[in-house]
Amino acid sequence: MAVGKEIRTKIKSVQNTRKITKAMEMVAASKMRKAQERMRHARPYSEKIRQLAANLSQANVTDYRHPFLGGVESKGAKRVGVILVSTDKGLCGGLNTNVLRLLVNNMKKWEAAGSTNTKVTAIGNKGLGFVQRLGGNVATIVSSITQIGDTPHMDKLVGPMKVMIDAFEAGEIDTVYIAYTRFINTMKQEPVVEQLLPLSGERLGTPAGNWDYLYEPDAQVVIDELLLRYVEALVYQAVAENMASEQSARMVAMKAATDNAGSVIKELQLVYNKARQAAITKEISEIVGGAAAIAG
Amino acid sequence: MAMTIHVDVVSAEESIFSGLAEFVALPGEAGELGILPGHVPLMTRIRPGEVRLKLPNQEVEELIFVAGGLLEVQPGLVTVLADTAIRGKDLDEAKALEAKAKAEEAMKNATSDLDLAKATGEFAAMAAQLAAIQKLRKRGH
Repeated sequence: MAVGKEIRTKIKSVQNTRKITKAMEMVAASKMRKAQERMRHARPYSEKIRQLAANLSQANVTDYRHPFLGGVESKGAKRVGVILVSTDKGLCGGLNTNVLRLLVNNMKKWEAAGSTNTKVTAIGNKGLGFVQRLGGNVATIVSSITQIGDTPHMDKLVGPMKVMIDAFEAGEIDTVYIAYTRFINTMKQEPVVEQLLPLSGERLGTPAGNWDYLYEPDAQVVIDELLLRYVEALVYQAVAENMASEQSARMVAMKAATDNAGSVIKELQLVYNKARQAAITKEISEIVGGAAAIAG
Repeated sequence: MAMTIHVDVVSAEESIFSGLAEFVALPGEAGELGILPGHVPLMTRIRPGEVRLKLPNQEVEELIFVAGGLLEVQPGLVTVLADTAIRGKDLDEAKALEAKAKAEEAMKNATSDLDLAKATGEFAAMAAQLAAIQKLRKRGH
Protein backbone atom coordinates (compact mmCIF):
# COMPACT_ATOMS: atom_id res chain seq x y z
CA MET A 1 0.00 0.00 0.00
CA ALA A 2 1.60 3.20 -1.11
CA VAL A 3 -0.23 5.54 1.22
CA GLY A 4 1.69 8.34 2.82
CA LYS A 5 5.15 7.31 1.66
CA GLU A 6 6.41 10.85 2.11
CA ILE A 7 5.08 10.93 5.65
CA ARG A 8 6.78 7.66 6.50
CA THR A 9 10.09 8.93 5.13
CA LYS A 10 9.69 12.10 7.15
CA ILE A 11 8.96 10.18 10.33
CA LYS A 12 12.03 8.04 9.77
CA SER A 13 14.22 11.09 9.33
CA VAL A 14 12.89 12.79 12.47
CA GLN A 15 13.41 9.56 14.38
CA ASN A 16 17.04 9.53 13.28
CA THR A 17 17.45 13.12 14.38
CA ARG A 18 15.96 12.23 17.75
CA LYS A 19 18.42 9.39 18.14
CA ILE A 20 21.30 11.77 17.53
CA THR A 21 20.07 14.44 19.92
CA LYS A 22 19.37 11.80 22.55
CA ALA A 23 22.93 10.50 22.22
CA MET A 24 24.34 14.03 22.42
CA GLU A 25 22.26 14.66 25.51
CA MET A 26 23.67 11.62 27.24
CA VAL A 27 27.24 12.41 26.23
CA ALA A 28 26.82 15.97 27.52
CA ALA A 29 25.37 14.68 30.79
CA SER A 30 28.37 12.50 31.47
CA LYS A 31 30.82 15.20 30.41
CA MET A 32 29.00 17.68 32.60
CA ARG A 33 29.61 15.61 35.71
CA LYS A 34 33.31 15.47 34.95
CA ALA A 35 33.49 19.17 34.14
CA GLN A 36 31.78 20.05 37.42
CA GLU A 37 34.22 17.89 39.29
CA ARG A 38 37.16 19.59 37.63
CA MET A 39 35.69 22.94 38.50
CA ARG A 40 35.53 21.88 42.15
CA HIS A 41 39.08 20.53 42.03
CA ALA A 42 40.35 23.90 40.88
CA ARG A 43 38.77 25.68 43.85
CA PRO A 44 41.30 24.85 46.63
CA TYR A 45 44.16 26.27 44.56
CA SER A 46 42.44 29.52 43.70
CA GLU A 47 41.24 29.85 47.30
CA LYS A 48 44.78 29.35 48.67
CA ILE A 49 46.36 31.67 46.20
CA ARG A 50 43.71 34.29 46.89
CA GLN A 51 44.54 34.16 50.60
CA LEU A 52 48.22 34.46 49.82
CA ALA A 53 47.68 37.42 47.54
CA ALA A 54 45.51 39.04 50.21
CA ASN A 55 48.23 38.50 52.82
CA LEU A 56 50.76 39.98 50.45
CA SER A 57 48.73 43.02 49.56
CA GLN A 58 48.60 43.87 53.27
CA ALA A 59 52.16 43.00 54.18
CA ASN A 60 54.09 46.24 54.32
CA VAL A 61 57.47 44.75 53.66
CA THR A 62 58.55 46.66 50.63
CA ASP A 63 57.71 49.83 48.86
CA TYR A 64 57.45 47.75 45.73
CA ARG A 65 54.00 48.00 44.24
CA HIS A 66 53.16 45.52 41.57
CA PRO A 67 51.34 46.90 38.52
CA PHE A 68 48.63 44.23 38.94
CA LEU A 69 47.56 45.84 42.17
CA GLY A 70 46.77 49.04 40.34
CA GLY A 71 47.07 52.45 41.82
CA VAL A 72 48.80 53.87 38.78
CA GLU A 73 46.41 56.43 37.35
CA SER A 74 46.07 56.27 33.61
CA LYS A 75 46.15 59.36 31.50
CA GLY A 76 43.67 60.02 28.75
CA ALA A 77 41.37 57.43 27.27
CA LYS A 78 40.99 54.12 28.96
CA ARG A 79 42.15 51.27 26.83
CA VAL A 80 40.50 47.96 27.47
CA GLY A 81 41.54 44.35 27.02
CA VAL A 82 39.20 41.40 27.26
CA ILE A 83 39.81 37.72 27.78
CA LEU A 84 36.81 36.14 26.12
CA VAL A 85 36.02 32.60 27.16
CA SER A 86 33.62 30.80 24.84
CA THR A 87 33.08 27.25 23.63
CA ASP A 88 34.66 25.49 20.68
CA LYS A 89 31.51 23.81 19.52
CA GLY A 90 27.96 24.96 19.05
CA LEU A 91 24.70 23.22 19.86
CA CYS A 92 24.67 24.46 23.41
CA GLY A 93 21.67 26.75 23.40
CA GLY A 94 22.16 30.46 23.89
CA LEU A 95 25.34 30.10 25.90
CA ASN A 96 27.76 31.84 23.56
CA THR A 97 25.17 34.27 22.26
CA ASN A 98 24.45 35.47 25.79
CA VAL A 99 28.05 36.07 26.74
CA LEU A 100 28.79 37.77 23.41
CA ARG A 101 25.75 40.01 23.73
CA LEU A 102 26.83 41.04 27.21
CA LEU A 103 30.31 41.72 25.91
CA VAL A 104 29.02 43.89 23.08
CA ASN A 105 26.91 45.89 25.55
CA ASN A 106 29.97 46.40 27.71
CA MET A 107 32.04 47.39 24.70
CA LYS A 108 29.51 50.11 23.92
CA LYS A 109 29.87 51.40 27.47
CA TRP A 110 33.65 51.37 27.25
CA GLU A 111 33.47 53.15 23.94
CA ALA A 112 31.27 55.82 25.48
CA ALA A 113 33.96 56.20 28.15
CA GLY A 114 36.52 56.85 25.44
CA SER A 115 37.96 53.41 24.86
CA THR A 116 38.88 52.52 21.32
CA ASN A 117 39.81 49.26 19.72
CA THR A 118 39.42 46.66 22.43
CA LYS A 119 42.13 44.03 22.54
CA VAL A 120 40.80 40.52 22.80
CA THR A 121 42.26 37.20 23.86
CA ALA A 122 39.86 34.61 22.53
CA ILE A 123 39.62 31.28 24.28
CA GLY A 124 37.35 29.03 22.22
CA ASN A 125 36.29 28.97 18.60
CA LYS A 126 32.95 30.74 18.85
CA GLY A 127 34.31 33.87 20.48
CA LEU A 128 37.19 33.97 18.03
CA GLY A 129 34.86 33.86 15.04
CA PHE A 130 32.62 36.52 16.52
CA VAL A 131 35.41 38.98 17.24
CA GLN A 132 36.82 38.41 13.76
CA ARG A 133 33.45 39.39 12.31
CA LEU A 134 33.31 42.51 14.47
CA GLY A 135 36.10 43.93 12.39
CA GLY A 136 39.44 45.53 13.01
CA ASN A 137 38.38 48.97 14.19
CA VAL A 138 36.14 47.70 16.98
CA ALA A 139 38.24 44.91 18.39
CA THR A 140 41.54 43.24 17.63
CA ILE A 141 42.47 39.73 18.52
CA VAL A 142 45.87 39.69 20.15
CA SER A 143 45.96 36.01 20.97
CA SER A 144 43.69 33.01 20.81
CA ILE A 145 43.43 29.39 21.74
CA THR A 146 40.93 26.92 20.33
CA GLN A 147 40.38 23.17 20.62
CA ILE A 148 41.00 23.08 24.34
CA GLY A 149 39.24 19.73 24.56
CA ASP A 150 37.25 18.57 27.54
CA THR A 151 39.95 19.20 30.13
CA PRO A 152 41.35 22.67 30.51
CA HIS A 153 45.10 22.50 30.90
CA MET A 154 47.09 25.29 32.41
CA ASP A 155 50.02 24.94 30.01
CA LYS A 156 47.73 25.56 27.06
CA LEU A 157 46.26 28.69 28.61
CA VAL A 158 49.48 30.28 29.79
CA GLY A 159 50.61 31.38 26.31
CA PRO A 160 47.55 33.35 25.19
CA MET A 161 47.13 34.81 28.67
CA LYS A 162 50.68 36.05 28.70
CA VAL A 163 50.12 38.17 25.61
CA MET A 164 47.33 40.04 27.39
CA ILE A 165 49.20 40.33 30.69
CA ASP A 166 52.31 41.61 28.95
CA ALA A 167 50.25 44.26 27.19
CA PHE A 168 48.87 45.31 30.56
CA GLU A 169 52.31 45.46 32.14
CA ALA A 170 53.67 47.45 29.22
CA GLY A 171 50.87 49.97 29.75
CA GLU A 172 49.25 49.36 26.38
CA ILE A 173 45.95 48.66 28.12
CA ASP A 174 44.63 50.01 31.39
CA THR A 175 42.06 47.43 32.35
CA VAL A 176 41.64 43.77 31.58
CA TYR A 177 38.22 42.18 31.78
CA ILE A 178 37.29 38.56 31.55
CA ALA A 179 34.05 37.45 29.90
CA TYR A 180 32.76 33.95 30.53
CA THR A 181 29.68 32.02 31.56
CA ARG A 182 29.44 31.41 35.27
CA PHE A 183 28.10 28.07 36.32
CA ILE A 184 25.31 28.38 38.87
CA ASN A 185 23.62 25.03 38.50
CA THR A 186 22.71 22.59 35.78
CA MET A 187 19.70 24.61 34.69
CA LYS A 188 21.15 28.06 35.17
CA GLN A 189 24.27 29.67 33.77
CA GLU A 190 24.98 33.34 33.83
CA PRO A 191 27.18 35.33 31.48
CA VAL A 192 29.50 37.72 33.30
CA VAL A 193 32.07 40.34 32.42
CA GLU A 194 34.41 40.88 35.35
CA GLN A 195 37.41 43.06 35.91
CA LEU A 196 40.56 40.99 36.09
CA LEU A 197 43.32 43.59 36.19
CA PRO A 198 44.13 45.65 38.11
CA LEU A 199 43.12 43.34 40.94
CA SER A 200 40.40 44.83 43.02
CA GLY A 201 40.75 44.81 46.77
CA GLU A 202 37.32 43.39 47.48
CA ARG A 203 38.07 40.38 45.35
CA LEU A 204 41.16 39.62 47.33
CA GLY A 205 39.33 39.86 50.61
CA THR A 206 40.93 40.45 53.95
CA PRO A 207 44.06 38.62 54.99
CA ALA A 208 43.85 35.80 57.51
CA GLY A 209 46.82 37.07 59.47
CA ASN A 210 49.46 39.70 59.28
CA TRP A 211 52.66 37.94 58.45
CA ASP A 212 56.01 39.44 57.91
CA TYR A 213 57.41 37.07 55.36
CA LEU A 214 60.95 36.17 54.63
CA TYR A 215 61.36 36.23 50.86
CA GLU A 216 63.72 34.08 48.89
CA PRO A 217 65.44 35.20 46.71
CA ASP A 218 63.78 38.61 47.15
CA ALA A 219 60.35 40.10 47.63
CA GLN A 220 59.86 41.43 44.14
CA VAL A 221 60.50 38.13 42.39
CA VAL A 222 58.17 36.24 44.69
CA ILE A 223 55.40 38.81 44.50
CA ASP A 224 55.63 38.92 40.70
CA GLU A 225 55.39 35.18 40.53
CA LEU A 226 52.55 34.94 43.00
CA LEU A 227 50.38 37.57 41.38
CA LEU A 228 50.96 36.07 37.95
CA ARG A 229 49.85 32.70 39.30
CA TYR A 230 46.86 34.33 40.89
CA VAL A 231 45.72 35.86 37.64
CA GLU A 232 46.32 32.58 35.85
CA ALA A 233 44.30 30.74 38.47
CA LEU A 234 41.41 33.17 38.00
CA VAL A 235 41.45 32.60 34.26
CA TYR A 236 41.74 28.85 34.71
CA GLN A 237 38.78 28.89 37.06
CA ALA A 238 36.79 30.87 34.50
CA VAL A 239 37.63 28.37 31.76
CA ALA A 240 36.69 25.45 34.00
CA GLU A 241 33.37 27.10 34.87
CA ASN A 242 32.71 27.86 31.23
CA MET A 243 33.21 24.21 30.37
CA ALA A 244 30.82 23.04 33.04
CA SER A 245 28.32 25.62 31.78
CA GLU A 246 28.83 24.46 28.20
CA GLN A 247 28.07 20.84 28.96
CA SER A 248 25.05 21.71 31.08
CA ALA A 249 23.68 24.04 28.44
CA ARG A 250 24.26 21.45 25.75
CA MET A 251 22.53 18.79 27.79
CA VAL A 252 19.49 21.01 28.33
CA ALA A 253 19.40 22.10 24.67
CA MET A 254 19.65 18.54 23.43
CA LYS A 255 16.96 17.40 25.83
CA ALA A 256 14.66 20.08 24.44
CA ALA A 257 15.54 18.99 20.90
CA THR A 258 14.79 15.36 21.75
CA ASP A 259 11.43 16.31 23.26
CA ASN A 260 10.56 18.44 20.24
CA ALA A 261 11.48 15.63 17.86
CA GLY A 262 9.20 13.36 19.88
CA SER A 263 6.21 15.67 19.50
CA VAL A 264 6.89 16.15 15.79
CA ILE A 265 6.91 12.37 15.36
CA LYS A 266 3.62 12.11 17.25
CA GLU A 267 1.95 14.67 14.99
CA LEU A 268 3.27 13.05 11.84
CA GLN A 269 2.15 9.66 13.03
CA LEU A 270 -1.34 11.02 13.55
CA VAL A 271 -1.44 12.48 10.04
CA TYR A 272 -0.12 9.24 8.62
CA ASN A 273 -2.71 7.13 10.45
CA LYS A 274 -5.51 9.36 9.25
CA ALA A 275 -4.32 9.10 5.65
CA ARG A 276 -4.02 5.35 5.94
CA GLN A 277 -7.51 5.07 7.45
CA ALA A 278 -8.95 7.24 4.69
CA ALA A 279 -7.35 5.03 2.04
CA ILE A 280 -8.77 1.89 3.67
CA THR A 281 -12.24 3.39 3.93
CA LYS A 282 -12.06 4.41 0.31
CA GLU A 283 -11.01 0.94 -0.77
CA ILE A 284 -13.80 -0.72 1.22
CA SER A 285 -16.45 1.58 -0.18
CA GLU A 286 -15.12 0.85 -3.67
CA ILE A 287 -15.38 -2.89 -3.07
CA VAL A 288 -18.83 -2.55 -1.53
CA GLY A 289 -19.89 -0.34 -4.42
CA GLY A 290 -18.51 -2.86 -6.93
CA ALA A 291 -20.23 -5.81 -5.19
CA ALA A 292 -23.51 -3.92 -5.09
CA ALA A 293 -23.21 -3.21 -8.83
CA ILE A 294 -22.62 -6.90 -9.64
CA ALA A 295 -25.43 -8.05 -7.32
CA GLY A 296 -27.77 -5.45 -8.74
CA MET B 1 53.42 12.62 69.90
CA ALA B 2 55.77 14.73 67.91
CA MET B 3 54.86 18.26 66.88
CA THR B 4 53.14 18.50 63.53
CA ILE B 5 52.49 21.12 60.92
CA HIS B 6 49.56 21.37 58.54
CA VAL B 7 50.56 20.91 54.92
CA ASP B 8 48.52 21.67 51.82
CA VAL B 9 49.78 20.77 48.38
CA VAL B 10 47.50 22.14 45.67
CA SER B 11 47.81 22.53 41.93
CA ALA B 12 45.55 24.50 39.64
CA GLU B 13 43.92 21.30 38.50
CA GLU B 14 43.40 19.54 41.83
CA SER B 15 44.17 19.35 45.52
CA ILE B 16 46.95 16.82 45.98
CA PHE B 17 47.63 16.59 49.67
CA SER B 18 46.14 18.07 52.78
CA GLY B 19 47.06 16.89 56.23
CA LEU B 20 49.52 16.91 59.09
CA ALA B 21 53.22 16.21 58.76
CA GLU B 22 56.17 16.23 61.13
CA PHE B 23 58.68 17.43 58.59
CA VAL B 24 58.62 18.73 55.03
CA ALA B 25 61.54 18.84 52.63
CA LEU B 26 61.36 20.48 49.23
CA PRO B 27 63.56 22.06 46.57
CA GLY B 28 63.54 25.80 47.13
CA GLU B 29 64.78 28.41 44.71
CA ALA B 30 67.95 28.92 46.73
CA GLY B 31 68.46 25.30 47.77
CA GLU B 32 66.88 22.36 49.53
CA LEU B 33 64.55 23.44 52.33
CA GLY B 34 63.64 21.46 55.40
CA ILE B 35 60.66 22.74 57.35
CA LEU B 36 59.79 21.77 60.91
CA PRO B 37 56.84 23.05 62.95
CA GLY B 38 57.32 26.64 64.04
CA HIS B 39 59.30 27.72 60.98
CA VAL B 40 59.61 31.46 60.40
CA PRO B 41 57.10 32.85 57.82
CA LEU B 42 58.66 32.38 54.44
CA MET B 43 57.67 32.75 50.84
CA THR B 44 59.74 31.41 48.00
CA ARG B 45 59.69 29.85 44.59
CA ILE B 46 60.33 26.15 44.28
CA ARG B 47 62.19 24.33 41.56
CA PRO B 48 60.95 21.17 39.83
CA GLY B 49 61.58 18.21 42.08
CA GLU B 50 59.93 16.34 44.84
CA VAL B 51 58.26 17.34 48.05
CA ARG B 52 58.99 14.86 50.83
CA LEU B 53 56.57 14.66 53.71
CA LYS B 54 57.29 12.83 56.95
CA LEU B 55 53.86 11.89 58.18
CA PRO B 56 53.16 11.06 61.80
CA ASN B 57 53.05 7.33 62.60
CA GLN B 58 54.36 6.39 59.21
CA GLU B 59 57.80 5.07 58.40
CA VAL B 60 57.83 5.75 54.66
CA GLU B 61 57.95 9.34 53.50
CA GLU B 62 55.23 10.56 51.17
CA LEU B 63 56.66 11.72 47.86
CA ILE B 64 54.98 14.27 45.61
CA PHE B 65 56.49 15.41 42.37
CA VAL B 66 56.13 19.07 41.58
CA ALA B 67 57.08 20.85 38.38
CA GLY B 68 57.86 24.08 40.16
CA GLY B 69 55.59 26.48 41.98
CA LEU B 70 55.43 28.58 45.11
CA LEU B 71 55.82 27.85 48.77
CA GLU B 72 54.35 29.72 51.68
CA VAL B 73 55.27 28.94 55.25
CA GLN B 74 53.48 30.20 58.33
CA PRO B 75 54.41 28.89 61.79
CA GLY B 76 51.74 26.20 61.75
CA LEU B 77 50.98 25.96 58.07
CA VAL B 78 52.81 25.06 54.89
CA THR B 79 51.20 25.71 51.53
CA VAL B 80 52.71 24.42 48.32
CA LEU B 81 51.18 25.92 45.20
CA ALA B 82 52.36 23.43 42.64
CA ASP B 83 52.38 24.14 38.94
CA THR B 84 51.72 20.56 38.02
CA ALA B 85 51.97 17.78 40.49
CA ILE B 86 51.36 14.10 40.07
CA ARG B 87 51.14 11.92 43.15
CA GLY B 88 54.46 10.18 43.82
CA LYS B 89 52.62 6.96 44.49
CA ASP B 90 50.99 7.15 41.12
CA LEU B 91 54.33 7.30 39.41
CA ASP B 92 54.29 3.58 39.06
CA GLU B 93 56.09 2.92 35.86
CA ALA B 94 54.88 -0.63 35.34
CA LYS B 95 51.30 0.50 35.72
CA ALA B 96 51.88 3.44 33.43
CA LEU B 97 53.38 1.20 30.77
CA GLU B 98 50.53 -1.25 31.06
CA ALA B 99 47.96 1.46 30.73
CA LYS B 100 49.86 2.90 27.82
CA ALA B 101 49.82 -0.43 26.04
CA LYS B 102 46.12 -0.66 26.75
CA ALA B 103 45.53 2.80 25.39
CA GLU B 104 47.50 1.95 22.26
CA GLU B 105 45.53 -1.21 21.77
CA ALA B 106 42.25 0.56 22.28
CA MET B 107 43.35 3.09 19.69
CA LYS B 108 43.91 0.31 17.15
CA ASN B 109 40.57 -1.31 17.82
CA ALA B 110 38.65 1.90 18.23
CA THR B 111 35.25 1.53 16.64
CA SER B 112 33.79 4.95 17.21
CA ASP B 113 35.11 8.46 17.43
CA LEU B 114 34.18 8.60 21.09
CA ASP B 115 36.40 5.61 21.94
CA LEU B 116 39.18 7.02 19.83
CA ALA B 117 39.04 10.38 21.58
CA LYS B 118 39.12 8.69 24.97
CA ALA B 119 42.02 6.47 24.00
CA THR B 120 44.00 9.39 22.59
CA GLY B 121 43.48 11.26 25.84
CA GLU B 122 44.58 8.33 27.99
CA PHE B 123 47.59 7.83 25.79
CA ALA B 124 48.70 11.46 26.13
CA ALA B 125 48.30 11.35 29.92
CA MET B 126 50.38 8.17 30.14
CA ALA B 127 53.11 9.64 27.96
CA ALA B 128 53.28 12.68 30.25
CA GLN B 129 53.51 10.50 33.33
CA LEU B 130 56.31 8.45 31.82
CA ALA B 131 58.25 11.61 31.06
CA ALA B 132 57.90 12.63 34.70
CA ILE B 133 59.20 9.28 35.90
CA GLN B 134 62.20 9.43 33.61
CA LYS B 135 62.94 12.89 34.97
CA LEU B 136 62.81 11.56 38.51
CA ARG B 137 65.02 8.61 37.60
CA LYS B 138 67.69 10.88 36.22
CA ARG B 139 67.75 12.64 39.52
CA GLY B 140 68.67 9.35 41.13
CA HIS B 141 65.43 7.68 42.05
